[in-house]
Amino acid sequence: MIEVSNVTKSYGGSDVVRGVTSSLPASGVTSIIGPNGAGKSTFLSMISRLLPMSSGQVTVDGMDILTADGDAMAKKLSILRQDNHLTARLTVRDLVAFGRYPHSKGRPTSDDLAHVERSISYLGLADLTHRFLDELSGGQRQRAFIAMVLCQDTKYVLLDEPLNNLDMKHAVAMMQLFRRAADELSKSVVLVLHDINFASCYSDLIIAMRDGQLIRQGTPAEIVTGANIHEIFDLEARVETVDGRSIVHFYL
Amino acid sequence: MKYFVLACLCVVALGVLSLFVGVSDVTPMTLLDPATSAHAFEMLMVSRVPRTLALVLAGAALAVAGLIMQMLVRNRFVEPSTAGTVESASLGLLVVMLLAPGLPVILKMLVAAAFALAGTAVFLGILRRVPLRSEFIVPLIGLMLGGVIEAGTNFVAFRHDLLQSLNAYMIGDFSAILRGRYELLWISFGLTCVAYVAADRFTVAGLGQDFTTNLGLDYRKVMAFGMVIVSLVTATVVVTCGVIPFLGLVVPNIIRLVIGDNLRRTLPWVALLGAALVISCDILARLVIAPYEIPIGTIMGVIGSGLFLYFLLRRRGYGE
Repeated sequence: MIEVSNVTKSYGGSDVVRGVTSSLPASGVTSIIGPNGAGKSTFLSMISRLLPMSSGQVTVDGMDILTADGDAMAKKLSILRQDNHLTARLTVRDLVAFGRYPHSKGRPTSDDLAHVERSISYLGLADLTHRFLDELSGGQRQRAFIAMVLCQDTKYVLLDEPLNNLDMKHAVAMMQLFRRAADELSKSVVLVLHDINFASCYSDLIIAMRDGQLIRQGTPAEIVTGANIHEIFDLEARVETVDGRSIVHFYL
Repeated sequence: MKYFVLACLCVVALGVLSLFVGVSDVTPMTLLDPATSAHAFEMLMVSRVPRTLALVLAGAALAVAGLIMQMLVRNRFVEPSTAGTVESASLGLLVVMLLAPGLPVILKMLVAAAFALAGTAVFLGILRRVPLRSEFIVPLIGLMLGGVIEAGTNFVAFRHDLLQSLNAYMIGDFSAILRGRYELLWISFGLTCVAYVAADRFTVAGLGQDFTTNLGLDYRKVMAFGMVIVSLVTATVVVTCGVIPFLGLVVPNIIRLVIGDNLRRTLPWVALLGAALVISCDILARLVIAPYEIPIGTIMGVIGSGLFLYFLLRRRGYGE
């Protein structure tokens, strides 16, 4: 479980994230939704120790995120931010293999290599393994980054807008992959998502943020309602139930 | 692997060639002839072997230092001579000349290394404060910082009539390398080996702070460790044979184009090509106006700045 208590981030007096308290489950898919500037990415960066918080505390399975050994934490929790620009010229395979670094320390065992191969095939990168990242399209690169993070094989996988740059087919495949990781390997996948319908159809839990605060937390059925969408996004939308799932129709 | 062995053999061949290029009559023939062998052998051991070893050690270490710097700064145009590191090391040497001219060479080197580290820290500090809109800004800042430090150093040196002694350090030259005057470079060889052991850490740091933290490494520690290696290498090379500009920039960029940036794989290649390039330039330096010599710093300056321009103009290649 990731326990978040009263976490705040301020820049020059104004709070980007204000007093967020929550607990993220030890398995399942959790989606964080909210309008631009709601503080979703800042929140995700703080609970994954990439960004120091102004106040508050985050523990992962009881370990304080800031004082825990970096190496031990890297085997428990992985994070991928959005907009990753690499200047280093690495092949897809090299990048994915670096996901094993916390386990292998640069001396991969056969088990590590098996993880690398599996991640590569899960993300359909088998034909691209020896290509340099700078020679790939945005979507292919995004999949390579996600393969790297999955290869790290941590219980908690945090991803900021993982569907960026992906076409519909790959976006659906990606969400199905996260679903499988949660169901079959009982991992906890935490996503920042912009597409409310992906969040609705593939999550166990949705956290809604607005103006730096957590305003709703619950199952898709509880969160995805016309009234909530209006409150979260300031947007008129109709919610339909299709095959038992709530779908937001906002092209009104 | 096969290619690597082949490349090693090429460097060995260049090294052997370097043993037999020079004014004094040292050839396989004079070494074998009983009448001349004593003198030729002495020349070989006192001058040619040390010079060739110095070329290999300095070339490999400087190229690797450039590679580490490029990974850590995440910019392919930085190296010790485009980041203020070299100029700071020279400033350190000037301070030694002024305050403690009798210092043993190893202490001179350490003072220069401390200055190099401080200068690099200033460079990194500026980078943190300046919005980096283009990757060209980084080497520009480094060159300007280096220029400012160099101007100050020259001014003080001029005032104290030390400009000539200082210039001996500023322009790379292997003609004064003799037995007993190059051994410091073995330190930089040791540092190159240390860099190879830590290669994965540097590659991880080259992915940026977020990736490094995610993979459980302390970004600041890796950064500091790398910069200490770079500063020590720069200082040992400047103290023993002077500045060899652009080497650390050109070599890693050539290797990057071909094999990429996974340091575990590329670092030996960078070291090898660095050695090869320095030996070749030094042989050229000995031949162009024989029996006189051109300083290797001048030759590398010409070749290096040409290649630097090529990489700058080659915009649509990779990276962005």
